[in-house]
Amino acid sequence: MNDTRCLAFLLMDAPFEQARTATAFRLIDATLRAGIGARVFAYEGAVSLSVTRQKPHANAIHGRTLEEEAHPTPHAWINALADLAREQGVPFDWVNCGLCVDERGADETVPAARRGSPADFWKMAQESINTLVIPTR
Amino acid sequence: MRVLQIIESAYRATLEEQDDTVLWFTRALRAAGAQADVLLQGSAVSYAVRAQDARGLRVGAWQQVHPPAIAEEIAALIGSGARVAAIKEDLDDRGIAARQLVADVELLGRKSLAGLFGQYAHVWKW
Repeated sequence: MNDTRCLAFLLMDAPFEQARTATAFRLIDATLRAGIGARVFAYEGAVSLSVTRQKPHANAIHGRTLEEEAHPTPHAWINALADLAREQGVPFDWVNCGLCVDERGADETVPAARRGSPADFWKMAQESINTLVIPTR
Repeated sequence: MRVLQIIESAYRATLEEQDDTVLWFTRALRAAGAQADVLLQGSAVSYAVRAQDARGLRVGAWQQVHPPAIAEEIAALIGSGARVAAIKEDLDDRGIAARQLVADVELLGRKSLAGLFGQYAHVWKW
C-alpha cells in the first residue's frame, strides 16, 4: 500500500452518542471519492462501529416500518466504504484495537475489519500522507 | 518521525487501561518505534501532579486492585526518553505550583507553542 496515496484516521467514539462518528465517516467517504486510500484505526469505543450484531429497527413514533425507517448502522457504513474503495481502486484498511475489542466483547465484526494494536496505527501514520485523530470528548 | 500528542481531556476512561488511554497509547507508540512526546494542556495539566491517589474504588465486594497511577505513568514516559511538557498558564489557572510536579516535566508558555509544533511532523490533539 506504500505506492498509493492514503490518509490515516483514528476514531475513538462509540456509535450514535455524538456527531463525530458521522463526520468521520463523511470525511473517509470524501477521501475515497477523491481517489485517495483510507486507513482507519478504531480505538476505545470506536471498535463497536464494526460489530455486526447491530440491528436496524422500526420506529413507531415516526410511524415507519423496519424497511421504511432504514435505520443506519455503522457496520453497514464500513461495508459501504470497503465497497467504495474497491470501486475507486484505492486501498481501505480498518483496524480495531484488539484489547479494546476484548474489553467490550465486540469481536463479531465485518470482514473488512481486522484486529490490531497501536503499532498498526503507527505503521498507518508512517505510510500515509497525513493523519487525522478524531478524539472523544 | 516526531509526533506530539496533545492531551486535554483529563481523567476520562482511566479504568479502560488502568491509565489515561492516550498516555497508554503514547507508550505503545514509543514501543513500536515512534518518537512521541506529550504536551499536557487544560485540565490534563493535573496529570503532572505528583501527589495523586486513585485508590478506593469498590463496587459491592469487588475492589479495584490496580487503580490508574497517572503520575507514575508520566514519570515512566519521561524515563523512556519522552519529552513531557505542561502549559504554564493552565497550571497557574489551577493553582498548581512547579514544585508539585513530577520531576523533569517541562513548563511551556502558550506563546512558545507555535515554535514547539514546528518541531514535529505530526501534532495529534486528543
